[in-house]
Amino acid sequence: MDLFTIIFYFFALVTLVSAAIVVFSKNIVHSAFSLLFSFFGVAGLYVLLTADFLAITQLLVYVGGILVLLIFGVMLTNRVISVDIKTGTIQTLPAVLLVAALAGTLVGTFWSTDWKLLDMVQEPISTAPKLGEQFLTNYLLPFEIASVVLLVALIGSAMIARREKTLN
Amino acid sequence: MTDFTTWLQNPGLTHYLMVSGLLFSLGVFAVLTRRNAIMVLMGIELILNAANINFIAFSRYSSGTLDGQLIAVFVIILAAAEAAIALAIVLNIFQNFNTVNVDEINRLKD
Repeated sequence: MDLFTIIFYFFALVTLVSAAIVVFSKNIVHSAFSLLFSFFGVAGLYVLLTADFLAITQLLVYVGGILVLLIFGVMLTNRVISVDIKTGTIQTLPAVLLVAALAGTLVGTFWSTDWKLLDMVQEPISTAPKLGEQFLTNYLLPFEIASVVLLVALIGSAMIARREKTLN
Repeated sequence: MTDFTTWLQNPGLTHYLMVSGLLFSLGVFAVLTRRNAIMVLMGIELILNAANINFIAFSRYSSGTLDGQLIAVFVIILAAAEAAIALAIVLNIFQNFNTVNVDEINRLKD
């Protein structure tokens, strides 16, 4: 068992265990914080897949942006001081059955399918320059549309979250 | 059985796919069962992460090009936009209903 294998299982375990805590924890703040470790684990898996740029992006956008946004949401929408911040679950039994079937199907399919594999996996390279080149050539239109989407999301969320001016 | 142990000892494409499949299932479970709208959002983030692992794993082991990574970047961009909009909607719902439990929000208009 070499180092790569050990690191892979470490990150896979971190990701899945934290995700399980996110899903099953009764306390929403615990969920939010274990989501942090889940995102870290996924970033580690990206590094093992030689996606260095994406690993950093994952840390910046998910851990630095989305998670902070979610924690803001938790703090703003739960009466932290007065009432407990536990959250209930609904439809647990049908969901357990459905998700067990889904997970079984997915794992079974992944296991039994004869995936097309490269004969030789490429040596790790720095992906950032290549990604930048692709963004400005083959993927230029989606890149520009993504910038417009981000602008619209920015303005839209500011509009939606803004408090209505109350008369009187 | 020896097949399985050798499989365990050599992480490859299927290992990443298994991780992503389990992560996806956990995310779906969160979306289906949690009452708090923010927990539902966390489930969606888990689902998007699972999809991204798949894209990058196939990009590494199956295609050998960077297309999977490029698509993963767009997934991250859309996840960020989605989180911002969804949080804004949740805050607005909280102002109007004083709760974010998805099963109690059943009126379109006060």
